[in-house]
Amino acid sequence: MVSPILELTDINKSFGHVQANKNINLKINKGTIHGIIGENGAGKSTLMSIVFGLYQANSGSIKINGKEINLRSPRDSIINGIGMVHQHFMLVENFTVLENIILGFEGETVFGEKLQKAKEDLEKLCKTYNFNIDLDATISDLSVGFRQRVEILKSLYRGAEILILDEPTGVLTPQEVDELFKILRSLKDEGKTIVLITHKLIEIMDLTSEVSVMRQGEMVGHTKTEDTSKEQLAEMMVGRSVLLRVDKKEIKKGETIFKVNNLSVKDDLDVTRVKDVNLEICSGEILGIAGVTGNGQTELLEALSGIRKVESGSIELFGEKISDQNNFLNPRMLKEKGLAHVPEDRQRMGLISDFKAYENLIFGYHDQEPYSKSAILNNKEITEYSNKVMQEYDVRPNSPNLITSNFSGGNQQKIILSRELNENPKVLLVGQPTRGVDIGAIEFIHQRLIDMRDKGAAILLASVELDEILSLSDRIIVMFDGKIVGEKENKNVTDRELGLLMAGVA
Amino acid sequence: MSNIVVDKSKVPWWVSNVIVPLVNLTLALLVSGLFVFIAGENPIEAVKLIIYGSFGYIQGFAYTLYYTTNFIFTGLAFAVAFHCRLFNIGGEGQAYIGGLGVFLVAINLSFLPVPIVWLLAIFGAFLFGAAWAYIPAYLQSKRGSHVVITTIMFNFIASSLMIFLLVDVIRDTNQMAPHTVKLPEEIWLPSFEAFSGILGIKIRYSPLNLTFLLAIASLFFVWFLVWKTKWGYEMRAVGHNTQAAIYAGISPHKNIIIAMCISGGLAGLLGVNEILGVSHKIQAGFPAGYGFTGIAVALMGRNHPIGILPAAFLFGILYQGGSEVTFEMPNITRYMFVAVQGLIILFSGALENLFRPQIESFFVRRLNREVNA
Repeated sequence: MVSPILELTDINKSFGHVQANKNINLKINKGTIHGIIGENGAGKSTLMSIVFGLYQANSGSIKINGKEINLRSPRDSIINGIGMVHQHFMLVENFTVLENIILGFEGETVFGEKLQKAKEDLEKLCKTYNFNIDLDATISDLSVGFRQRVEILKSLYRGAEILILDEPTGVLTPQEVDELFKILRSLKDEGKTIVLITHKLIEIMDLTSEVSVMRQGEMVGHTKTEDTSKEQLAEMMVGRSVLLRVDKKEIKKGETIFKVNNLSVKDDLDVTRVKDVNLEICSGEILGIAGVTGNGQTELLEALSGIRKVESGSIELFGEKISDQNNFLNPRMLKEKGLAHVPEDRQRMGLISDFKAYENLIFGYHDQEPYSKSAILNNKEITEYSNKVMQEYDVRPNSPNLITSNFSGGNQQKIILSRELNENPKVLLVGQPTRGVDIGAIEFIHQRLIDMRDKGAAILLASVELDEILSLSDRIIVMFDGKIVGEKENKNVTDRELGLLMAGVA
Repeated sequence: MSNIVVDKSKVPWWVSNVIVPLVNLTLALLVSGLFVFIAGENPIEAVKLIIYGSFGYIQGFAYTLYYTTNFIFTGLAFAVAFHCRLFNIGGEGQAYIGGLGVFLVAINLSFLPVPIVWLLAIFGAFLFGAAWAYIPAYLQSKRGSHVVITTIMFNFIASSLMIFLLVDVIRDTNQMAPHTVKLPEEIWLPSFEAFSGILGIKIRYSPLNLTFLLAIASLFFVWFLVWKTKWGYEMRAVGHNTQAAIYAGISPHKNIIIAMCISGGLAGLLGVNEILGVSHKIQAGFPAGYGFTGIAVALMGRNHPIGILPAAFLFGILYQGGSEVTFEMPNITRYMFVAVQGLIILFSGALENLFRPQIESFFVRRLNREVNA
């Protein structure tokens, strides 16, 4: 029996009211590649940040080689032989590779001997693991794949025995992924231990020897990779919980309202996130988009709502082209055409947290009557409206003058929903409507969406909650890696079926 | 026993908006007093002189209000841009160019009825100041050049441009100094002594003039613009969360330009005070640092007109009372008061959060005791 190199016992961590890690136990054996898999928000990154000393656990213990240690900062972890490669690289762009690697470990005031020594050591390391990096290259000239190698090299140079990689393939091209895996295998052969955080099942099957599955802050299973299958892991990842069924009338599908033709969209980093997507939404129908976060749903919604430019293809609303690679109507114009949008990330996009509640309740509609007249805001009308709508949506506390950041997540979400639903939109784009919202509010929000559908609105619902998709949608499409990998009428569809599609297996 | 915890949001507004600035100001003045003491003078006497100089006699008080006028304009200028999260530190240059606007309008249209000349000159000041701010605004919104860099460079460009114009183009050719001819006397803005003359009180000359009322009106204008119109709403939205603004269909580009132009226009109004009200001609370097001090005024006034008024008044007192001190106390130079200003900026701007957490948590603790008592 091999003794584990890293052992976590009963780790708990919460941020405010959210418990990100609940009683986590984990053993990682020396010289293995250990996968940690789970959906976004399952608590994988939090857990590894605790191991790397970025966060401190509320309770629990961490042992390395059987010895209990106290990690208060990344420095402590580095001393104990733990290295981490973050999703977002921590490199100084206008420094060379060498300068980045020795940063903080220069060892001398005027560069000379030790720098030379470091360079020789690094060259040796590069050779051992086939890194193929020019140490004098400037980071800004390197591709993403090479930058990642610099990060790995940095950890190794600092004596890492355990290397944690957080979603390492998210930004890589398939070729770069292959190269990375080669490097990781050779590291394993040299006796290093690797912890791979990912939500991609294929990588787990390819690379790891053991795997742990996390769901909603809990560790739900450990197994040897050879004893399991993608299907089994997908099931564990998505989990089964009680379905919240909503009473829904028979669908009265109307004419096609929204039509998307061969749409491709790039994100801010110029990576193509939506690939050749075709879809149609009719009035009186809820189309659900299922998928693990980061598979293009965000960019799709942003393109449809006029926030993001499309790369190729076109979008039609009521038979009129609203967006192609040359032009797009901005959100204001789309609003006038009857399109409303509940964005995925309410903090980043849906609200201005420093504004008062009443200011957010009219956000985007602030220049329409009766809220303003010839550019002057009509405070009386706004206050009356705010009081009314906050009561109707049961926003607590019911005080329009309170700064929005003082409301809970669920109540912030109600502020956004009331604003977007109030104008009776003909098309409604909804992203993660119940993220971080309590049960009572979830039911309320779901009922509102159904009401909108019964009134004949065309609704596009993107959610990572399978239950939500299953209980609300009339038709379901599944997105994986920017493509639509499945489309089903919502009759006798099981979450297992969807889970497999979401994981890119089926 | 249940412990109800009062959170930060329940701290009364006057704690962070009145008490904290007052504590910071007191500290700045205490440290200034220390400087005065080191310079070999009695700080208490210096305070007395400041108070006497700025309030003690009617002419001194008029000077205080004259300075206040300038600080209101430049303070508001900074504040408006700041609501869109733009650091417009080009008030100095915008005021300079604004002065050119006043003068050109007034001298070329002086044949019109006087009140119309005034209105057009005010408009000219605003327009020229706004135009000077437009270029950095455009560069920020379209090219991403940071306004802090561009506006400070535009101060230098404005200065050079004005020297060129004052020497080679619009100089009063009957003499050699870099200033223009005087405007015809009938279009000068009525001065304070002219008003008091009507009331039968005779006082000596002071630069205070009708522009003071324009400054007060500007305070209302900014308050109304920022909090009561959709333009102010959109500017603040862009300033607080650009992503959300885009989502709501509010154009960041447009609002950056609007905010900067209004900001520059307000700075330009300083030219109305200086040229139409006081010197009646453009002199080289007439903005004399008011544009920069306006940043401190806005920071102290927490970018709100209600705060900017007392902050501008305070700086007016320091300017006027300070000149009294330098006159009476030979060891204290004019630059000493530049240092005092610097300390106020340091304590109310840079070190703003030095005592805020302690003061706020003091009130939170007190509230907690009350709630749980």
